[in-house]
Amino acid sequence: MAGTRLNRIGGILARQGILIAFGIFLVGFALVSESFSSAQNITSVLRQSAIIGVIAVGVTIVVISGNLDLSVGSMLSFATVMVVDLHDKLGPAPAMGVMMVAVLCLGCVNGFLVGMLRLNSLIVTLGMLSAIQGLTLIYSGGQNVDIADQEGTWFALFGRGDIAGIAAPIVIFAVLAVIAQVIMSSTAYGRRVYAVGGSPTASVFSGIRRGRVVFSTYVLSSFCVGIAGIILGSRVMGSQNNVGQGYELLVLAGVILGGTSLLGGSGTILKTVIGVLMLGFIQNGLLLLGFAYYVQWIVTWVVIILAVWLDIAAKRGRLLSQIA
Amino acid sequence: MEFVKRNRAGRWLAANPIWGFVIIIFVFFSLSNEFFFDIRNFQNILVQTSTIGLIALGMTLVMINGNIDLSVGAVVALAASLMVDLQSWEAFSTWGNWQMLPALLAALAAGTALGALNGIIVWKTGVDAFIVTLGAMLGVRGLVFIYTEEQSFFAMNFTFSDLGMSSVGPVPSLAVLFLIATVLVHIVLSRTVHGRNTYAVGGNREAAVNAGIRVGPHMVVNFMIVGFFAALAGVTLSSQMGASTPNLGREYELWVITAVVLGGTKLTGGAGSIIGTFGGVLAIGILRNGMNLMQVPAFYVLVILGTILIAVLILDKQLTRKGAEALKT
Repeated sequence: MAGTRLNRIGGILARQGILIAFGIFLVGFALVSESFSSAQNITSVLRQSAIIGVIAVGVTIVVISGNLDLSVGSMLSFATVMVVDLHDKLGPAPAMGVMMVAVLCLGCVNGFLVGMLRLNSLIVTLGMLSAIQGLTLIYSGGQNVDIADQEGTWFALFGRGDIAGIAAPIVIFAVLAVIAQVIMSSTAYGRRVYAVGGSPTASVFSGIRRGRVVFSTYVLSSFCVGIAGIILGSRVMGSQNNVGQGYELLVLAGVILGGTSLLGGSGTILKTVIGVLMLGFIQNGLLLLGFAYYVQWIVTWVVIILAVWLDIAAKRGRLLSQIA
Repeated sequence: MEFVKRNRAGRWLAANPIWGFVIIIFVFFSLSNEFFFDIRNFQNILVQTSTIGLIALGMTLVMINGNIDLSVGAVVALAASLMVDLQSWEAFSTWGNWQMLPALLAALAAGTALGALNGIIVWKTGVDAFIVTLGAMLGVRGLVFIYTEEQSFFAMNFTFSDLGMSSVGPVPSLAVLFLIATVLVHIVLSRTVHGRNTYAVGGNREAAVNAGIRVGPHMVVNFMIVGFFAALAGVTLSSQMGASTPNLGREYELWVITAVVLGGTKLTGGAGSIIGTFGGVLAIGILRNGMNLMQVPAFYVLVILGTILIAVLILDKQLTRKGAEALKT
């Protein structure tokens, strides 16, 4: 009896290990640094995590369907440059509309190539990463863009304003995450995405149109990137051509940290939210303790590998792999 | 089709379609630009591509294994910083030009050691190489920033930057280095037991284990090779500039993977060749150089490269399907 109970506790520790570690980490930081647990600090971490979080919601859906999306970083640059540039030319609402259409088109291209033509998603989105980077530069002519009247425009709401007393990026992130979670866990569409990621062949035999499902995940992902572009553009009120550079990997780090398997078929939006927040709080905590900002990268390195390792170890029942 | 089957060159080209593309863009740029077909420009292309090319050689082995290494760009920065900083240390100030030797050894050792670390983690934990090296890509970049304290370094010894510019006869030293490395890795991959095992492990890991190949240590060796080449690329790059910056090598992993995939190496492992990778590297180099000479803004090169990468993938899919149908009948 004692043995099984111990095993069970070990199993829980291994499975929820990353959450427990995160909890200890939070408590530790709160004890060491007074400002860490202040409402103001927590709000600012949430606000900073919102952009990566919004993108991560879309990428999680793509990953659950068994694919990758590396193009989100340059797509974010594209979205931000476009919405900021069009803001002064067309006004805020049309700018957002045109940008969203353009970004959704890019998502359709990804979706067509991976879903309909069944090409390898890593290479397709790698190619798109480079192509969209080029498109952004062609669009802007290599110039930085900014909004002239930064105080007077209602566009400032999305990145700088408050909705019901809470910072707008946090509200947008939360609403998007809840909607996505409900879609994934309680609709037929969500079940199809899990089915396609879990077993592509079985999903086809059960009458799911795999191509269409994959296509739609990329459209959703690009939609999220468009929203993130609006938040980013509104917060900065300007944009460089490479603002989104490297975001694809940070987003992926958050998704992986949350415990969504890159193999597809498992994972939830909620897990991703936790993963993204973990990244945000680790970064914030280390900064408050006086470490340089790049120390967080090393911590992230260790945490990501440990998180996935524990997950795998719990599944196979032993710590080290059996490969000769 | 009869022609292709009979003709040896045609068959070779069908196996390495990227070389067809290289020949086409080579002829195109030669005809459309007077400055392209020039010995000095060819030297240029080889030197420009040597950085990405060196890394691509190692990456080919890792990718044939069915793994991937995203941390090479950060390793480039680490090796470059070590190379430029260490050679100006007080301790070596009386060594004359030999002060470069400990710096070189440290840079190459650091790259190889990080490769070994990646490999051992992949082997022992069973975590996918994509995740392991994604973490390393962030972490090693952090190490670079800690080591350099966000500073750029400049080489005080001009012999170092002269080496980057030097030539062996008519050929630039860096191009010679790249070509020798290409031949060496080609021999290793196509003529040695290690090379044969590389294909075996990538093609069918279970079968490789049953055939008595020690898969884990084998993969570690390949990760060490790519780490070594990334470090070597960092050294050559810093000698071209006579300096290093902590942000050096960003997005190199993407260029390298693009070159390797263009060369016909499969992400799933088991297939690929150095000849193909060399073609992929040249394709990127010629395209960049030629469009630069035609004064096409650099942005368009990004779009074209992305498009070509996807086009190659579509083509490959079609060829594979045709091949499968041909086998059926």
